[in-house]
Amino acid sequence: MTVSGAIRKMKPEGWNRPPLVKLDSEGELLEIAMGPHHPSTHGVFRMNLTLDGERVVGLKPEFGYLHRNHEKIAESISYLACMPYTDRLDYICSLTNNWAYALAVEKLVGLEVPERAEYLRVILGELTRVQNHLGATGFLIQDMGASGTPLMYAFKEREKILDLFESLTGSRMMCNYMRFGGCRVDASSAWLDAARKVVAGLPSFVGEFESLLCTNEILMARTQEMGILRRELAVNAGVTGPLLRASGINYDLRKVDHYGIYDRFDFRVPLGEHGDVYDRMMVRLLEVRESIKILEAALKDIPGGPVMDSKAKNRGLRPKPGEAYGRIEAPKGELGFYLISDGGPNPYRYRVRPPSLINLTILEDMCLGHSVADVVLIFGSVDIVLGEVDR
Amino acid sequence: MKTIEEIKAAIEAAVPGAGVEVVPNPSPSAQHSLRLEPERAVEVARFLRDDAELALDFLSNVTGVDWPDREVAEKVKVTRTVTKIVEGVEQAAEETAEETQKRVEPGYLEVVYHLFSVEKKYGPVVLRMRTVNRTDKVELPSLTPVWRSAEFQEREIYDLFGVFFTGHPDLRRILMWEGFQDHPMLRDYVEPDDFEYEPTAHDEVLARAQAHEAAVAGREGTGVGQ
Repeated sequence: MTVSGAIRKMKPEGWNRPPLVKLDSEGELLEIAMGPHHPSTHGVFRMNLTLDGERVVGLKPEFGYLHRNHEKIAESISYLACMPYTDRLDYICSLTNNWAYALAVEKLVGLEVPERAEYLRVILGELTRVQNHLGATGFLIQDMGASGTPLMYAFKEREKILDLFESLTGSRMMCNYMRFGGCRVDASSAWLDAARKVVAGLPSFVGEFESLLCTNEILMARTQEMGILRRELAVNAGVTGPLLRASGINYDLRKVDHYGIYDRFDFRVPLGEHGDVYDRMMVRLLEVRESIKILEAALKDIPGGPVMDSKAKNRGLRPKPGEAYGRIEAPKGELGFYLISDGGPNPYRYRVRPPSLINLTILEDMCLGHSVADVVLIFGSVDIVLGEVDR
Repeated sequence: MKTIEEIKAAIEAAVPGAGVEVVPNPSPSAQHSLRLEPERAVEVARFLRDDAELALDFLSNVTGVDWPDREVAEKVKVTRTVTKIVEGVEQAAEETAEETQKRVEPGYLEVVYHLFSVEKKYGPVVLRMRTVNRTDKVELPSLTPVWRSAEFQEREIYDLFGVFFTGHPDLRRILMWEGFQDHPMLRDYVEPDDFEYEPTAHDEVLARAQAHEAAVAGREGTGVGQ
């Protein structure tokens, strides 16, 4: 049965709320604030836990420690000036943030992107996905207590990709590279050769990483059957990205929205079966393998030509009144930008649809009944960046 | 995939008197939207989610938009009776003149929902709802009971725009702190004068620092607010 079919059958109201946990009659409840300064919260984020002994019976996430009202800033500056600010949303994946924003403006104005720029976007987007997933897996295993080694192992490969970003865009993490109707600078053939070399080294690294981790008995015992997310709830709660696909829903915007030139590449969408922490980790690692396939094909086929649409206007852009919602499959899920133009030089309304924030909606549902040490793990498996949660 | 008019017809067939209106979008994206009457919005939302053909099971994005009061100048043809003296005789004659009249269009807060279908893989279907005004009649029905993903996003709209969602399970501030008074995303929001400025202020910060110091000195002089 499809998900919507399952929802249509589930009639009782409130099925999509966190379940009530039965309490033991003995003992007292303990309320603790986990964070904002806790190493496992990946930044400044607080969870107000209600504990019955060691068991979690309530969890309220608290946000806003990193809030700087990105949307208000963007509404007071020009369309182009906002591009560097998008780098600071999810600061692990600045290039996909650039891409999503550029895509939304291109929809609003009706711009075409030259072929070479589309290829460069795919190459950089997939490199971003690879380094994000490697980092996320490393952090997850760090949260499990395997201190240092697996994370640094993943970062060794991530560093090579960041070097590529730096040599092309001038910055390792704050790339500010995409423009409306193309990309800022062209990649030299030497850069493409360097990228081919890095990509050629990835499969053996991923194979090694997988064989070290995925069949490890301790890791399996720790992550399987942990933090299960039901597929009906996952869709209803707007969860996207690897988290959704680990619950068995085949929804990848690269396949669904056909944005960019993803239709030209042959890749599969890895799906999980149980929706637990282990499945999420595996979906990420398998996605890295699919990204490598895309990268190999894109680096082989990349054509020559310009990287900017000659008609594209970036400075002093004044779109005609109207609105547009553009979204891409960012490494963490659906990253969308909603823009309303009133014909002026800056957006009338600018909205970021942050995957990290919305993926946290179901954190309580996943953690109820588990122990505090498991909360750390389940939270790590969501893969968030606080710069994007709080904006 | 159905067009926006077909979706409108389907809603009107299923929920009589829903009062749905198509809002066209002139930009090249051509993402037109449907404006719902708040009274029947939850019913309409439930229909959109559960209908086997539409199957809009995935609410992606929820956001607020502030539309302040607008002064509209429009040219109106006015006909009035005037007394004219024609050849020494007073006569009543009708005269038509063009006048520019100014009127104020009342502002409102708007909430925009972007829906997609995971099952049928299409979208976006855009829904909009408007409050009565911007200040005291700002209640709208919450769609969180229908789509859980609205929970945090509606809290954010409540926090930053001040729209009050009735039926929301946990309507608290989310990004600003508890006890914060205003709603920062409103277009007429004024930053509170409540922090110490940097010692080497310049440009606009300098002007604000001087205003702040003058205000503090004034309060100290009167003995108020210390």
